[in-house]
Amino acid sequence: MSGKLTFEGYQTEGFHDELFNNRGQPRPGAQVLVDFIDSLPEGKLRERQGAIERALHRMGITFAVYGDESGTEKIFPFDIVPRIVEAFEWNHIAAGLKQRIRALNLFIDDIYNEQDVLKDQIIPIELVTAAASFRRQCIGLRPPKGVWCHITGTDLIRHKDGAVYVLEDNLRCPSGVSYVLQNRLLMKRSFPLAFAESNVRPVFDYPIKLYETLVQLAPEHVNNPQVVVLTPGIYNSAYYEHSFLAQQMGVELVEGRDLVVKDGFVYMRTTDGFQRVDVIYRRIDDDFIDPTAFRKDSMLGVPGLMNAYRSGRVALANAPGTGIADDKVIYAYVPDFIRYYLDEEPILPNVPTYICAREEDRKYVLANLDKLVVKAANEAGGYGMLVGPHATPEERAEFAHKVQEDPRNYIAQPTLSLSRVPTLVDDHFEGRHVDLRPYILYGKDVWVLPGGLTRVALRKGSLVVNSSQGGGSKDTWVLADVPEQVVDSEAERPI
Amino acid sequence: MLSRVADSIYWMSRYVERAENLARFVDVTLNLILDQPSHFESQWEPLVYTTGDQEYFETRYGEADGSKVIEFLVFDRDYEGSIISCLNAARENARTVREAISSEAWEQINQFYHMVRGASHRQQAENQTESEFFDAIREQSQLFNGILDATLSHASGWHFANLGRLIERADKTSRILDVKYYTLLPDPNDVGTTLDDLQWSSVLRSVSGFETYRKQFHAISVDKVVEFLVLDRHFPRAVQFCINHADESLHAISGSPLNTFQNLAEQRLGRLKSELAYSDVQSIVNGGLHEFVDDLQVKLNEVGEAIAEIFFGRTTKVESTQSQTQSN
Repeated sequence: MSGKLTFEGYQTEGFHDELFNNRGQPRPGAQVLVDFIDSLPEGKLRERQGAIERALHRMGITFAVYGDESGTEKIFPFDIVPRIVEAFEWNHIAAGLKQRIRALNLFIDDIYNEQDVLKDQIIPIELVTAAASFRRQCIGLRPPKGVWCHITGTDLIRHKDGAVYVLEDNLRCPSGVSYVLQNRLLMKRSFPLAFAESNVRPVFDYPIKLYETLVQLAPEHVNNPQVVVLTPGIYNSAYYEHSFLAQQMGVELVEGRDLVVKDGFVYMRTTDGFQRVDVIYRRIDDDFIDPTAFRKDSMLGVPGLMNAYRSGRVALANAPGTGIADDKVIYAYVPDFIRYYLDEEPILPNVPTYICAREEDRKYVLANLDKLVVKAANEAGGYGMLVGPHATPEERAEFAHKVQEDPRNYIAQPTLSLSRVPTLVDDHFEGRHVDLRPYILYGKDVWVLPGGLTRVALRKGSLVVNSSQGGGSKDTWVLADVPEQVVDSEAERPI
Repeated sequence: MLSRVADSIYWMSRYVERAENLARFVDVTLNLILDQPSHFESQWEPLVYTTGDQEYFETRYGEADGSKVIEFLVFDRDYEGSIISCLNAARENARTVREAISSEAWEQINQFYHMVRGASHRQQAENQTESEFFDAIREQSQLFNGILDATLSHASGWHFANLGRLIERADKTSRILDVKYYTLLPDPNDVGTTLDDLQWSSVLRSVSGFETYRKQFHAISVDKVVEFLVLDRHFPRAVQFCINHADESLHAISGSPLNTFQNLAEQRLGRLKSELAYSDVQSIVNGGLHEFVDDLQVKLNEVGEAIAEIFFGRTTKVESTQSQTQSN
């Protein structure tokens, strides 16, 4: 390895960089970190990066390499240089997220009940009913306190203009929060001193906040409610997270086959017989939770669960049906919902979105496919997507055809430039594109975890941060408004 | 606790114990071979024979020799009885109950698996003799058990782990004894010779019982070894010890008083416990040690089946007339 690792010669290359301004100087909140890294003895940073990777291996936070007979396993890539969000920026983001979650919950409650939003013609009815994630079975449901979406993980990006935009709302079963907690734990072990001096806000209390949110959902007459996490099982890619959250909350992790509905109540099979379950944090999609209500071929769910839920004998988080607002066409209307339900201007903007169902938008999209990103309305994880500027003429022609065939199912957005964070590449730092997924809980009130999952596209120039496509993660340091806020300073000793 | 979780904890623990005993098994054979004339090479075959899978072995490996048997019993991923397969199964069970065991215990089993997997990947661990490798396996297993005992609340989860561990251990101690008894006794001329002593000491060493045996009985004699390994109430790898403590865990799980039973598992295990308690080495040897061990293993299996049915909600081959027995 050649020489010391420093930020000398690091180039922002015209992108918005989260740690350096466009003159190449550290941003105020990043100064401590940059000085700290520059001061490390030769080889130290690499050594810490290696130690973190070994720790992830030891903790078994790994996935199997498909088709490898000898049982090789890989960790999800982790980069040691954190992303920093300064206090004033975070306050803006958190306020925007709270506002958005309130409006989205009001919309979901409205759309499955009074439907004022349709009567007042804020959104055309055909766009709602045609959404693949609209659940007729949910019409008339009244979740406790009108909250449908208790756990959200919103995807944010920062464009070249420095502004933060909402890319996706993820109102169903957002994953990744376990990585936020584990990344932090590992970073604290590696750099206790840098933590203490940077005024980083803690994230360790997420599991207990989540537990409090879930307990509140229990039917009112229940003392000591039994909360469980429902997982599809060990082969699900987020299984580690399900297990981690259950362990951290101190609740049972159950699979569908552990649960049974009897006399209208939900029970789990234990070595002492059946035990009542009051609240289910389900990490199984709507379609699979109850074969008698949704997909009949589901092997993962619990027959009769929806009836128990409907009669208020068990609570589900998130409520079924929240996926309606994840539809990318509905997404385009969220700023309108904020104005309609809250009578406020949106704090965080949407990415400008062309709705192909509108004739005018469609014409524009078809004429500008080489400049736009086209997305299927009901896909996530980077699937069903055309990145116009990087696509071949054939791929564009194929998407043009798809859009004309089924315009309701497509939207388009300008190609945004994601901000970058310095990332360890061989023996130096290079900028890599990132997004940010903060986690929001909605129980009695809306609470935003001061941190989040920074996903990073590790391939040079790539804008795709998904872990299935070469993405990794970084720790996210949200800085405190010193001195009022609590700071994550009780760092562990170096190992 | 969830039936599925109890099931996985029980099997996680059984598989770790199984892997450890396999390592002990192979190690004792290695030691024996080092200490004796070359005509004893045939020691490897009985090892294959005890697995009951000699057909698989012959098809895949041909004639038995040291390196083939080690490959088969330790590293063969296609053979479900190998150490690597046991550890894989233990780890997969642990993975499904990670939230129910301690993080330390999970990390240990994960590390244990990777250690053996890494060794098999390089064919043989570098800078390590075979004996050292088997020592390392034993240590890893003991570390796992120690972590489990020291970090897991001794409530029903721990008792299921203990139950699995002790039932497996009782089975394997009896098996080691059976094989060695069979292979060591064919020539009556050897009885009482130095060679005989050497061989029985290595059997005792394989279950970490040599020193304790010496303190109790000093000189080696076959009957005493059998008495020690089967009927001792204090030595933790002796069959009687394992059965007695398994019985305690079973009662701790159900809450029924010791020496009573509320379910078939307690009844079967209690009967076995009493049988051993009122047995003596002479009647065991006179009736044939091999027959005794066979009978013991059948009974242990029946206990296992009853546990699976009662606590894990698995349907097994247990006859229904028996399962209706209830205490009042």
